[in-house]
Amino acid sequence: MATEALFCCDEAQARPWLDRLDARARIVAALAIVLCAVAIRSPWVLLAGAPLLLGFALACGLRGGEILARLAHAEGFLLVLLLMLPLTVPGPAWATLGPLEFSRPGVERAVMILLRVNLSALAVLTLLAGLEPSRFGHALARLGVPEKLAHLLLFAARWTELVRQEARRLHDAMRARAFRASTSAHSWRTLGHFTGQLLLRALERAERVDEAMRCRGFSGRFALVSDERFRARDLVFLAGLGCVLLGGLLADRAA
Amino acid sequence: MAHIPDGVLSFPVLAGGAALAVGGVALGLRRMDEAEIPKTAILASTFFVASLVAVPVGPSSVHLLLSGLMGLVLGLRAIPAVFVGLLLQAVLFGFGGITSLGVDLVDIAFPGVAAALIARPALARAQGWRVGALGAAVAAAGVAGTAACVSLALALSSADYVPSLRVIALTYIPLALAEAALTGGVVAYLKRVKPEALGLAEEAAA
Repeated sequence: MATEALFCCDEAQARPWLDRLDARARIVAALAIVLCAVAIRSPWVLLAGAPLLLGFALACGLRGGEILARLAHAEGFLLVLLLMLPLTVPGPAWATLGPLEFSRPGVERAVMILLRVNLSALAVLTLLAGLEPSRFGHALARLGVPEKLAHLLLFAARWTELVRQEARRLHDAMRARAFRASTSAHSWRTLGHFTGQLLLRALERAERVDEAMRCRGFSGRFALVSDERFRARDLVFLAGLGCVLLGGLLADRAA
Repeated sequence: MAHIPDGVLSFPVLAGGAALAVGGVALGLRRMDEAEIPKTAILASTFFVASLVAVPVGPSSVHLLLSGLMGLVLGLRAIPAVFVGLLLQAVLFGFGGITSLGVDLVDIAFPGVAAALIARPALARAQGWRVGALGAAVAAAGVAGTAACVSLALALSSADYVPSLRVIALTYIPLALAEAALTGGVVAYLKRVKPEALGLAEEAAA
């Protein structure tokens, strides 16, 4: 019922030398790459960037299979867009397949989207996916995200695994009583009760946690302690990346 | 389903979505007392886990958004809670993007929260089968709002996307059905077992 694929990728993978960088540098770098991928208008510049980013990802210790699995995951509506754009954008025909006519500008739009989406996803996968949620939350707080929001993120990341275990227990109990999800009123009502029960248990856990934290003097604030420092290697990394991205943007202007 | 990845939307739409999202999150955070952070976070992770459950609809299955239910349980605090869920999804699983986080938050959280806030007074008075029906209506309205917002974001980004929108809107129908059926069940269950969870007792006390 619950997608197993999602259950097994919760452990942050170590990225040997990337982990020595400050988490803030990684967040800023990922954001910069994605913004440039969205801003650049020339497909050739993006195409030139692809092997660079791919090389960087492999150098950081990502495996090819891991990258493919992540990039192959496409949202349903992205598929619709990629299929529909070549058919619906008006313009001279690029290829015809029976009654279907693929227009040149439509294909160009689809290729651009494909390039941008994949470059952005690769940047996030390389720089951020390996970051433990706690480091990520601390880095966000130090980048100026409101403290309440950072706390919310840290707590939520901490409890997701516990709630997952709770969900798995409930699911096992349902399976032991021969429940199989199907398209039926019974099935939907049962899943409704499952979700309701999960919520109730979470609320009860929240009350217990709240009392326990009050016992320990929690007044709504946690000291965010992090020993990460912005070092020279972070500066070198960001400066190098900045040069590459600036080069890309200038090449895009010229193209 | 409603997660628009990086690289699809235009800059002005991304910026507009981000501005609206910042406002919404700020509003939600202001409503969230600091002592309520742990409770909100536990509920946020619960919704996060529940949205991973694949609900069968005919030959395929959908993952629920649960925005209407979140709005009913958390009120305005649902906006930062959804934001945290989206951020974790984008960073850990690669669903959605990071520049499109703002637009995704507006698409997913705002309609559900709005529908829930409108329906809450009626829900406090409702009895019997009407409780479940109201829950289902809130969920369906939330999904319809999400579909409308996603379509709007795409249409504003590029006129080339407009012909595809009808197909995209169709894909939301099974989601709305499953979401309405399940939320109706959850709301009827919660109202019977623990009405405070829907914020109904809180409202009365306030």
